[in-house]
Amino acid sequence: MKKNGEKISRLFLTNGTIFDSSTQSEMKATIVIENGKIKEIGQIDVSPESHRVIDCPGKIITQGFTDIHSHFREPGREDKESLKTGALAALAGGFTTVCVMPNTNPVIDSPESVRYIIDKSAALPVKIRPIGAITEGQLGTQLAEIGDMVDAGAVAVSDDGVPLVNGQMMRYALEYSRMLGIPVINHAEDVYLRNDGVMNESALSTRLGLPGNPNISETVMVFRDLTLAELTRGRIHIPHVSAAQTVHLIRQFKDRGVNVTAEVTPHHLMLTEDKLIDFNTHAKVAPPLRRDEDRDALIAGLKDGTIDCIATDHAPHTIEEKEEDFISAPCGMIGLESAFAVINTVLSAHGFSLKTILSLLNQCPCSVMGWDLDAIHKGKTANLAVIDPDHKWVFGDHHIYSRSRNTPFIGIELTGKVETVISGELLLQLQ
Amino acid sequence: MGALSRKHFLDLEHAPVQDMHKILNTAYTFREVLDRPIKKVPSLTGKNVVNLFFENSTRTRMSFELAEKRLSADVTNFSASSSSLKKGESLKDTVQNIHAMKMDAVIMRHPTPGSVMQLTQFVDAVVINAGDGTHEHPTQGMLDMMSIHEKFGRLEGIKVGIIGDILHSRVALSNIYGLVKMGAQVRLCGPPHLIPFGVESLGVSIEYNVDLLLEWADIVNVLRIQRERMGLGVIPSIREYRHRFGLTSERLANHSKEVVIMHPGPMNRGVEIDSAVADSKQAIILDQVLNGVAVRMSILYLLLSPGEEGA
Repeated sequence: MKKNGEKISRLFLTNGTIFDSSTQSEMKATIVIENGKIKEIGQIDVSPESHRVIDCPGKIITQGFTDIHSHFREPGREDKESLKTGALAALAGGFTTVCVMPNTNPVIDSPESVRYIIDKSAALPVKIRPIGAITEGQLGTQLAEIGDMVDAGAVAVSDDGVPLVNGQMMRYALEYSRMLGIPVINHAEDVYLRNDGVMNESALSTRLGLPGNPNISETVMVFRDLTLAELTRGRIHIPHVSAAQTVHLIRQFKDRGVNVTAEVTPHHLMLTEDKLIDFNTHAKVAPPLRRDEDRDALIAGLKDGTIDCIATDHAPHTIEEKEEDFISAPCGMIGLESAFAVINTVLSAHGFSLKTILSLLNQCPCSVMGWDLDAIHKGKTANLAVIDPDHKWVFGDHHIYSRSRNTPFIGIELTGKVETVISGELLLQLQ
Repeated sequence: MGALSRKHFLDLEHAPVQDMHKILNTAYTFREVLDRPIKKVPSLTGKNVVNLFFENSTRTRMSFELAEKRLSADVTNFSASSSSLKKGESLKDTVQNIHAMKMDAVIMRHPTPGSVMQLTQFVDAVVINAGDGTHEHPTQGMLDMMSIHEKFGRLEGIKVGIIGDILHSRVALSNIYGLVKMGAQVRLCGPPHLIPFGVESLGVSIEYNVDLLLEWADIVNVLRIQRERMGLGVIPSIREYRHRFGLTSERLANHSKEVVIMHPGPMNRGVEIDSAVADSKQAIILDQVLNGVAVRMSILYLLLSPGEEGA
């Protein structure tokens, strides 16, 4: 097994079911890929000698996934993740496009730094699309060069990791970026209500003696942002929704026609605060893992379209940092490699069809960003994931391609697996 | 494995009732030792114990040190302020260093909840929690129970009030876990925003009126109001706190019932408790201090003494 994948000039995917999320259509056919493009789709005879063939009976072939919320730590903390290792982690999860957050060191808050990310990742097998900061240095006081960053290739703005406390600055950002047609993404936590909270505020936080971060620290901030979006007709996207009250609020504003989209992470869909009972720092994340009723609300929100898509919030941290005590350890977990299997496990048990689940990872994130997802069609670049929806497996250390290993999913049994990923000329077959 | 059902002594939340009884019974034996002219027994001769304090402490550390010495253990003290930890040395490094020195037991205090439990992953030694942030202070919980038991001859059915900043108190949490399991009734009293979320789920009730609490209770544990919190805008003023929640002489004079008073120390005399009250015969604060040594001897002995196998 080649861990970095292999370049391949000609490839046949035979006997699979092609599910095209962009048209919601399904067919059984062979796909021929040549020099990174889809050469042909149809009933094609395969002769064994001249080509590489991957037989896909019972497998689903769909568009590669798009993650609109990842942290690749380059520049500044390449010991946690670089653009290159992040791209491999993405590929290993079936992702062929990733939006990276700007909370690097230095912060991506200028057209030069946006171009740095784009140039540095140009040769990588995954399309990396930078998100610029809303404010200079993510300090919340001076609007960054949002227009020039968009011209340079930024696809959204966010001070992610740091909530934009100043409501007036948020209003400026929404009004200004409306002109540019990009979403504004605010890490929604009221810092005063969050206080020193390191886990969900609940009877469990009381039991563990850990400072709690209440649901409403998220909901209050989202309310501010939604009312500002309504006032300015700006384009707001709510990242990593975690609390039931927030789901209800977004639903109300969507019903009123406010231009809002929202994402949820795989970990908030599968895990609850119970994961923290033994003070497991791998389950420390912002916003925190919450309770069963919140999970239920998130799943219901996905079902009725209140929440638009899945995003991983892939957040690599070193082992050393995660071995710190619970207060000192940083928030975040990696998530790209396990994303599909985690959401498939959760959502298929809640009656979601496989088509819907796959769309939440490829079509829906593109819609949120206002992009067209290429159809699986002759002449298009081959960005494909081959899925075995019924494969039961246990997520382990050897499935991680990221440079970091901070995940609470190790040892958890999952259903459904990304088996093969094709990104242009690159083929990655997973264990 | 020592004579208790668990290798370490980390919390009262998970401590079995029979372990707590055993600790109390053994503590009474050591209490007698402490009344002898020569207050030393050879039980832990040759055992190495380290007191690992990542947070300032005078009383608890002294109490542990005394307990260790009276059991004839060899004692090492290690103090690191939490600020020096933040300067780079990880908890794991510090602890592994100490582990390499082949200690039999580590007594640890740390500002972060759960850190003492984390420690058990890195060392083979017996680990005793001397306070982990706002989580638990289980030896304090045991000594408070011993003091209540000593006063009333039982714990079952005793009405215990806990007054103060419950939210930030590891003493309160260990008190709650231990007392509820031993059949006492626990009622909390303090400013509403300093009563933690969902605490009723731990089997306690809440009373905001301190006079009504004093009418109800057989004994109250008065928590220290940390002056560090005063500047954070959380408590209106010392004057108002004293007026609403303080155990003042006037307040006690209005009650016919003579409630017993505990305080884990150190006291802010004139804030949460008046001097006259702290020094009155109602108070068993100094008994708590002595019981602290006995309880810590008991726990160390039960966890470390080779002769106690299956006893």
